[in-house]
Amino acid sequence: SQAWHTYYLTPPQVNSILKANEYSFKVPEFDGKNLSSVMGFDSNQLPANAPIEDRRSAATCLQTRGMLFGVFDGHAGCACAQALSERLFYYTAVAMLQHETLAELESAVEAGRPVQPVLQWHKHPNDYFSREASRLYFSSLRTYWQELLDLSTPGEGPDTAEALLSAFKRLDSDISLEAQVGDPNSFLHYWVLRVAFSGATACMAHVDGAELHVANTGDCRAVLGIQEPDGSFSALTLSNDHNAQNEEEVRRVRAEHPPSEARTVVKQERLLGLLMPFRAFGDVKFKWSIDLQRRVLESGPDQLHNNEHAKFVPPNFHTPPYLTAEPEVRRHRLRPQDRFLVLASDGLWETLHRQEVVRIVGEHLTGVHQQQPVSVGGYRVTLGQMQGLLQERKARISSTFEDQNAATHLIRHAVGSNEFGAVDHERLSKMLSLPEELARMYRDDITVIIVQFNPHVIGAQ
Amino acid sequence: LATAQDTQPVPLPSQARVVICGGGIVGTSVAYHLAKLGWTEIVLLEQGRLGAGTTRLCAGIISVAKPISIESQMADYSNALYERLEEETGVKTAFVRTGSLCLAQNQDRFLSLKRLASRLRVLGIACNVIKPKEVVKLHPLVNIHDLVGALHLPGDAMASPPDINHALAVAAARHGVQIHERTSVNHVLMEKGHVTGVETDRGPIECEYFVNCAGQWAYELGQSSEVKVSVPLHGCEHFYLLTKPHHQPLHPNTPVVMDMDGRIYVRAWQGGILSGGFEKNPKPIFTEGRNQLEIQNMQEDWDHFEPMLNALLRRMPSLDSCEIHQLVNCPESFTPDMRCLMGETPGVHGYFVLAGMNSSGLSFAGGAGKYLAEWMTYGYPTANVWPLDIKRFGNLQSSRTFLRHRVMEVMPLLYELKVPRWDFQTGRQLRTSPLYDRLDTQGARWMEKHGFERAKYFVPAGKDLLALDQSKTFYKPDWFDIVGAEVKCCKEAVCVIDMSSFTKFELTSTGDQALELLQRLCANDLDVPVGHIVHTGMLNERGGYENDCSVVRLSKNSFFIISPTDQQVHCWSWIKRYMPSDPQLHLEDVSWKYTALNLIGPRAMDVLSELSYVSMTPEHFPTLFCKEMSVGYANGIRVMSMTHTGEPGFMLYIPIEYALHVYNEVMSVGQKYGIRNAGYYALRSLRIEKFFAFWGQDLDSFTTPLECGREFRVKFDKGTDFLGRQALMQQRQEGITRRFVMLVLEDHDAELDLWPWWGEPIYRNGQLVGVTTSSAYSYTLERHVCLGFVSPATAGQNPTVITPDFINRGDYEVDIAGQRYPAKAKLYPFSSLFAQQRRRKDDMELSNFQGK
Repeated sequence: SQAWHTYYLTPPQVNSILKANEYSFKVPEFDGKNLSSVMGFDSNQLPANAPIEDRRSAATCLQTRGMLFGVFDGHAGCACAQALSERLFYYTAVAMLQHETLAELESAVEAGRPVQPVLQWHKHPNDYFSREASRLYFSSLRTYWQELLDLSTPGEGPDTAEALLSAFKRLDSDISLEAQVGDPNSFLHYWVLRVAFSGATACMAHVDGAELHVANTGDCRAVLGIQEPDGSFSALTLSNDHNAQNEEEVRRVRAEHPPSEARTVVKQERLLGLLMPFRAFGDVKFKWSIDLQRRVLESGPDQLHNNEHAKFVPPNFHTPPYLTAEPEVRRHRLRPQDRFLVLASDGLWETLHRQEVVRIVGEHLTGVHQQQPVSVGGYRVTLGQMQGLLQERKARISSTFEDQNAATHLIRHAVGSNEFGAVDHERLSKMLSLPEELARMYRDDITVIIVQFNPHVIGAQ
Repeated sequence: LATAQDTQPVPLPSQARVVICGGGIVGTSVAYHLAKLGWTEIVLLEQGRLGAGTTRLCAGIISVAKPISIESQMADYSNALYERLEEETGVKTAFVRTGSLCLAQNQDRFLSLKRLASRLRVLGIACNVIKPKEVVKLHPLVNIHDLVGALHLPGDAMASPPDINHALAVAAARHGVQIHERTSVNHVLMEKGHVTGVETDRGPIECEYFVNCAGQWAYELGQSSEVKVSVPLHGCEHFYLLTKPHHQPLHPNTPVVMDMDGRIYVRAWQGGILSGGFEKNPKPIFTEGRNQLEIQNMQEDWDHFEPMLNALLRRMPSLDSCEIHQLVNCPESFTPDMRCLMGETPGVHGYFVLAGMNSSGLSFAGGAGKYLAEWMTYGYPTANVWPLDIKRFGNLQSSRTFLRHRVMEVMPLLYELKVPRWDFQTGRQLRTSPLYDRLDTQGARWMEKHGFERAKYFVPAGKDLLALDQSKTFYKPDWFDIVGAEVKCCKEAVCVIDMSSFTKFELTSTGDQALELLQRLCANDLDVPVGHIVHTGMLNERGGYENDCSVVRLSKNSFFIISPTDQQVHCWSWIKRYMPSDPQLHLEDVSWKYTALNLIGPRAMDVLSELSYVSMTPEHFPTLFCKEMSVGYANGIRVMSMTHTGEPGFMLYIPIEYALHVYNEVMSVGQKYGIRNAGYYALRSLRIEKFFAFWGQDLDSFTTPLECGREFRVKFDKGTDFLGRQALMQQRQEGITRRFVMLVLEDHDAELDLWPWWGEPIYRNGQLVGVTTSSAYSYTLERHVCLGFVSPATAGQNPTVITPDFINRGDYEVDIAGQRYPAKAKLYPFSSLFAQQRRRKDDMELSNFQGK
């Protein structure tokens, strides 16, 4: 029934596709001891769209303690997700700064002195930053910290949850504002409009010692892998999906609009019958009044005049805004049994149940130890039978160890698992050799970040 | 036999002559042999029951198929000893002479077996190289389809290790050895560098000698004494399988099979088989010491055993239906170089060690126990055991991490194919010269000696580096042309070789104590003018070389002693042994203080004079002279007019902080003279074609200067009765019975034929007359040169005196893996090689014998 022509990919070819975007980071050790609660992370993405619309980021906060991880699932293009991947961590980091540090930052910029770096990025070579917009982004960011400086008082540190909330909302409003103001440079003007008219969901985690915060806007998801005393793994979801499957979200969206719109505001499990996520960055079409949208488009660069998507106004559009970027923030105090956190775009969660995800990752990270040792005990076993059994066990393990990177391993399962939950090379080969135009029909972009925790450090805290 | 069956343990004696710790097969063998040699007051202590450690679980194979001859000799002796034990003691030992089969799955393995066969024939041990078809006749289960050939060792045997252990204990007890079980040694007591007693959990025992045979725990025990004794060994888990009887039960006489390519051994066991192996990924244990697991409670690990099970079923497919009895996990101890640890520890008199059997405990225990007992009785064993001497190691091999990493390489290596000049890969880059990085970026390939990295050769830019490292062959190696170019440069221009690994001591005194000590220790005359260099051996009472070194008289009462790299511990303890405890006399190890650069070649003189503004011609700087000079900006460099190869050149001893500067200066000035880096392989080729013997390879404690043509370095009349003088006088009178010769292979094609290595039998007129000790390709002669000893008597009669005629009139052959190549024997190097420079009579003195 599969109509497309498939190319048979050899295992090395499959691996080169799966591993093209993989990235690993190990937190450096000092004196043989790793003092961070994060041991390191593995991340990877597999495109279905061309170009891929997912983005990912990871960074260490240099002025405060802690590490930031985020996955961003773009729609209607990748511009918004790209902007988030570059900007959201800066907004978050700045929002977490002490008043004194902010003051120092501002005075350094003011005096033209070198600025202390705020973030150390952990980027795959394919994770790029757009040069053209950096000035614009920086000036927006600076306005933000100037306001934070005015609002805060010396000696006071902001609350992490509040900082996350503020950063999300501020960035979305900056994206919106930049599009309204425009830019004298026509390329940049077009760029900010593309960012604002496309959209992206974001799921972000901040880990500092045993303190874990997850801020989520949209339908990416953060799931914690917990090792039970018997060695097995269970999943704890730390974020709520903002979509039609979440009844509370449906209720919220309906409550924000007059009862007359109750039928149209959520239609066919989509916002206004169009948008799957109920919260997102960008997507000004769902946020601005029709008037504003028209004005901005008319004053915009010529490229936009032919853009049908931008000009299109959603039906039943009466009481904007319909969409918000406000995240749900959840705090979790890490325990020694919390072994890892999986952040992933919906492309993963559509294919694998969270329990399955946690099992696959857990077994990969703990390796062969999970397997019960073979014991002959009092049974009558021949050498031949034992050889068969051992070879079977070895095959199972070797599939685990083909991937150094846990995220790659997870994607391999997500794409290649057969009905028995085992990776089937033929299926994997078919899924990966799909032509560009068909790939999106069978799978979504998948982005995964797996953060591994250090139980010894967490236990000691 | 005092056993624990008694409810009340027999009280410990308060004093003894010897206390042996460890009641395994090694400890009981030492007790047995000491008692046989007439020792009394021997106490053997065992923490649990006799043989409760590795001995209890040992696979019970006695085989002479060992990598070096001294080990084969020990196994051969053990074999004979165990055979007669049952008769001697009445204890059943289950000794069966089954013979063994070493299988070869490929040509290289077959070659290594043929080399082993040549070596065993020299020892008079029977062995047959056979075809796969003949294997079937000897063993009913072996699948021969993938075999190239095999080696049959009819003398190999099987026995029950705990029973042999018991028999040795019974025999020892009959000779008066007191054996106490369930008695642990806490630590060894010492005073002023001598053993004075042991502290046990049942009280102290005073003693003069202590023997550490604690097996797995020997390292721990060594560390627990006040002066730490370094016993570098580490445990690994070792697995073997026991099956229930085969449907056609195996006869107990079935030969042992060693399928090294499959990494397994197989023997008959109660109608079924016992099969274990040496896997690629061993599991080290006990890194943190003994308070972890009991040996008894080791877990089986089937997943780990899987590759060996596969190899077993491939070798003996009919075992497929055989039922499993048990998978045994038995810890074995391994050492950093696959050889056991034997002898007196440096620094503590009376503290002996015998441990680290590398899973051949049963094969070695008999012979090793005998050698150790002889060592304790006569001061040295009756054979050269330097390869096993614990003094080849020092504290630097005692790090737990080093041991853990190294034994993980050693255990698989036991069954791996060992081609000429293989190097250990783990535990590297421990000691390096300050120039290491500079040389490394210039393509240096490294080997290791006593923890020190030394460049073998330099791969020129553009060569495929990867392929070079993978060269493993018994034939012409792929570094051939690289080393050839380095040799050519040494001969025609100038090369620099970093020789910092050498052991360097300074001996100083206020009066003439230093000179007196050296006159007593050295055969040559050290009472030379200040600035002179003297090559000399340090001989033992038998006149054999304990060390071969160069001594520089720095001032009237201070001397700089340069010895081979691996002499660091041995030479130190040898000097210390004869050094009076005089606060005015001071010995210091300064190895780490100097970087040594060898400038070698006819243009060395030019390079050095340009750098120092001093004329370096022989008129101004005669050979075997040492001057402190400035080189470049650096002052105080010890420049010595000697090389280690017989080529013209200089050694520079440079305080380490100047090393990089001097090296850079030498390289930049040397450019116009065509200077390049060279490595130890070039050095080897040069020294061997010049007939220079190296200590540790050609020379050992059984070789006298007269036997290797170095009488000119023995000053009988220097006025001091130096060590070994009596023995040498006697030998000079009676004549020597063996002679160091140089054999130039003829009719040997370096491109196509097997290369010699060392240990090849030498035949004269068809009769076995000796063995080679080292060999190299001479790029000048375009032939292979082997060095070795020949001796007219091999048939067991009284040794006959060797004459120049014996050497000169005879048709010589060298046996490489069973194939004999004609060779010309020579007593002197080719004079034509010395043609580049006019030589004076003392040019022979230029030779330095310690490049090892």
